[in-house]
Amino acid sequence: MAKTVLLIEDEPNIVEAIRFLLARDGWRVETHGRGDTAMDAVAKHRPDLIVLDVMLPKRSGFDILRDLRAAEDTRHLPVMMLTARGQSKDREMAEQYGVSRFMTKPFSNTEMLDAVRELAEA
Amino acid sequence: MVSFNILIAVCFAYVAFLFGIAFYADRQAARGRLKFLRSPLVYTLSLSIYCTAWTFYGAVGNAARTGLEFVTIYLGPSLVMVGWWWLLRRLVRIGRAQRITSIADLISSRFGKSNLLGVLVTLLAVVGTTPYIALQLQSVTLSFSVFSRDMSAGFMQVDLASTAFWVAVGLMLFTVLFGTRNLDANERHHGVVTAIAFEAIVKLVALLSVGAFVVWGLADGPADILTRMDASPIADWQIRPGRWAGLIFLSAAAFLCLPRMFQVMVVESADERNLAMAGWAFPLYLMLMSLFVLPIAVMGLELLPKGSNPDLFVLTLPLSQGWDGLALLSFLGGFSSATSMVIVAAIALSTMVSNHIVMPVWVSLRAPGATVSGDLRQVVLTARRVSIMVVVGLGYLYYRISGGGAALASIGLISFVGVSQVLPVMLGGLFWRRATKVAAAAGLITGFAIWLYTLFLPSIGGAGVLSKSVMQDGLFGLSVLRPQALFGTGGLDPVVHAIFWSMFLNSLVFFAVSLFTFPKPLERLQGVQFVNVFEHSQGPRGWTTAGAGAEDLLVMSQRILGAQQAQRLFEAEARAQGKLDHLPDSSPAFLERLERELAGSVGSATAHAMIGQIAEGASVSVQDLMAVADEAAQIMEYSSQLEAKSAELGHTAKQLSEANEKLTRLSVQKDAFLSQISHELRTPMTSIRAFSEILRDMDALTPADQTRYASIIHDETLRLTRLLDDLLDLSVLENGQVALNMEPVNLHDVLNRAVSAALAPQDDVPIRILRNIVQEDVDLISDGDRLSQVFINLISNARKYCTASDPVLEVAIQKQGNDVWIDFTDNGDGIPSHQQPLVFEKFARLTDHARAGGAGLGLAICREIMNNLGGSVAYLPEQGGAAFRVVVPLKS
Repeated sequence: MAKTVLLIEDEPNIVEAIRFLLARDGWRVETHGRGDTAMDAVAKHRPDLIVLDVMLPKRSGFDILRDLRAAEDTRHLPVMMLTARGQSKDREMAEQYGVSRFMTKPFSNTEMLDAVRELAEA
Repeated sequence: MVSFNILIAVCFAYVAFLFGIAFYADRQAARGRLKFLRSPLVYTLSLSIYCTAWTFYGAVGNAARTGLEFVTIYLGPSLVMVGWWWLLRRLVRIGRAQRITSIADLISSRFGKSNLLGVLVTLLAVVGTTPYIALQLQSVTLSFSVFSRDMSAGFMQVDLASTAFWVAVGLMLFTVLFGTRNLDANERHHGVVTAIAFEAIVKLVALLSVGAFVVWGLADGPADILTRMDASPIADWQIRPGRWAGLIFLSAAAFLCLPRMFQVMVVESADERNLAMAGWAFPLYLMLMSLFVLPIAVMGLELLPKGSNPDLFVLTLPLSQGWDGLALLSFLGGFSSATSMVIVAAIALSTMVSNHIVMPVWVSLRAPGATVSGDLRQVVLTARRVSIMVVVGLGYLYYRISGGGAALASIGLISFVGVSQVLPVMLGGLFWRRATKVAAAAGLITGFAIWLYTLFLPSIGGAGVLSKSVMQDGLFGLSVLRPQALFGTGGLDPVVHAIFWSMFLNSLVFFAVSLFTFPKPLERLQGVQFVNVFEHSQGPRGWTTAGAGAEDLLVMSQRILGAQQAQRLFEAEARAQGKLDHLPDSSPAFLERLERELAGSVGSATAHAMIGQIAEGASVSVQDLMAVADEAAQIMEYSSQLEAKSAELGHTAKQLSEANEKLTRLSVQKDAFLSQISHELRTPMTSIRAFSEILRDMDALTPADQTRYASIIHDETLRLTRLLDDLLDLSVLENGQVALNMEPVNLHDVLNRAVSAALAPQDDVPIRILRNIVQEDVDLISDGDRLSQVFINLISNARKYCTASDPVLEVAIQKQGNDVWIDFTDNGDGIPSHQQPLVFEKFARLTDHARAGGAGLGLAICREIMNNLGGSVAYLPEQGGAAFRVVVPLKS
């Protein structure tokens, strides 16, 4: 059974690109485009991995990460965060909240795939 | 027969005796046996220097010429002693409290220690006293000549000028010897005062003896004298009330103001309680002095040949009767009167001259910062001695120049009027706190000038200083300025005329100027000290010993007295106290002694302040207070300057902090902005990169996918371009560098362009736009393209964000004054109130990215455009949907 990745990202073109890449790599890709309902989506899809954008409508990616780490089920769930702001401050905050992997946009496709594979195996 | 040699011998013997008395008194004083020297008797007798040769000889002459008028000269002082006793007490108290050294010092000290006033009063005193000293020389010389004339047989002819010269020299020597033997803190001269007291007795005994001889020797007792009086021409003299009043006032004023009277009455005064006895004893003395004046005058006129000088009756009457011994006694009485006056006057004047003229000049000539050492003492003494010689020398000179011609009494009156000019300022200073220094100087100068012009100058030779034409027609030919008939007041007695005008104008100027000027702080403080002297001082006060360190005192004393002298003084004191080391205890007695020592070098006030600085808890003098007040004022000023600086610094710091806050805010904004730009740039680039890698790396893509991915890349590049365009546009608009193309446009045309541009690219989302073509027909002068850009933005936003199922945008136009309002209102949900303030901020995209399709700069650009066009754009709350109002000026 294929592993499930939940992609929480509001930019449609980026969603399409990542979905294309991960689906070709054998993942079942679920997507969600808003911050405020992201935790519901996690509960609903019960993903093996989450790719989380920082800037989301209604709710920040950091808040979602904190909730994930606080909840029993998702405490050890691999979470890869994406940010377009490219500030070291964001990376520090993400690491502080317990992110598994942090990646700055734009990324190369192989980089993204390697990272996801690593997280899945770990 | 008294030979000239005997006369000279008697003179020398008498002087030697006086020397002895003075010397003995000084010795007693040095040993601290002061009881007798400070007794009321000595004080009262010393006041008798008021009775000079003028009164001794001149009173009889005066009586022979003007009857009882001579009494006025005695009445004035008696009235002062009896009636104005409280004024004298006040003077003496002030003199003690302020350590006043002369009348010039009194005036100077009262008006803020003004040396100008000191100099003025000193000059006035010197000019006023010089004729008086000349008068004394003249009387002594004349008395010599009497003997020479009457006994020319055994006599060589006496040269009057050389007699006057040698008398002057003798007086100088005596005064220098006893007046400047030492410098005393309180300017007291016990030797001189005692000698004067003795001379007072000689004067009185001489005059009483001659009187008794005349009444009981020449006449047959009092009754006989009274009958002879009635028969004599003296009985014909009329009392002139004006002149009497004037002379009584004058002698009272002079009694208070004469430098020599001030010297004995205030400066030499040991204890103000002595005034109680002097109050009745001195008038009694004056009464005794005047008792036999009339009898002597009457008998002189009767017995002596016509044309005899009545000023010399006191001598010539006994001589003519062959009573040589009595004549000799009388001569000694006159001699005593003259010498005592000259000596005290010279001491008083030399104190003034050296303190107010010589010392200030000497100090100012010395290099500043030069240390004050023991030699200052010698300088002061030398200044005093030279001043004494100058003062007596001036008297002699005046005597030679005036030729000794004028009647004795008139010279005396002229002097009196001169020195009385100090009276208004003195009384004003003692009782009126509002009196000012400037006013005092103005009053003194006024009185002095009028005295010179109306009395003094006319007196020295009618044709000498003031020409006949000036005397008769007035200065510059103005009759109102005639010296003896100012403002048409002719017919008055010249002396009364001068008294009236000089005192009147002097007081008037003093009073008026006081009202128009303000006393300086020091003047005010001194004024309080003088006017309220009885509240501020409790008589003599000693030092308390608390805190006066002997080492400190020694260090200070060495600086002033010189090391050796100071150490000797301290060692002697330590021995006297029975201490083994060289430092004595700083007992009150020692402090006072030390202060006296120092005062001789640096002046009493300074010495008092210096000791006061070291002896804590000591009575504080005004000088100390002022020094402290000055310092305090400086400190206050400095501290207020510091405060101002500190406030300034605080202000600057606040400004800096505000600037810093602003910079921090700007920095945060800049970071946020850069972060936003980064996001807006990286987001499309992420898609572009991802899909371009897919297109490059994946072979098995369907053509449809290939096209689709390529078009995504294409859209995202367009989005990037749009973002960059917007950023550049915004930057240009914000910096005000935009080039506007202002031209006549019609609002309807601009809206048409905007609507078609906003709706053209996508027709998928229909939005109805309600317009009013009639309203829209407004002609503007504006930049049509820019205005259209704003409208496009607003219409696109409505199309993008209006949530209504049937979206409608209404465009309403209204003219308001010089503006036209264009309202864009849709029927959606509008913008939540908490977000309304943010809509015009950069990157304030309120909804998600997908629907926005822009970078969130649209409204920010709109706002900048409208600012540049001189209008505005604002969100209108509570309109049902989202509503924006654009305000455009009809003409820019």
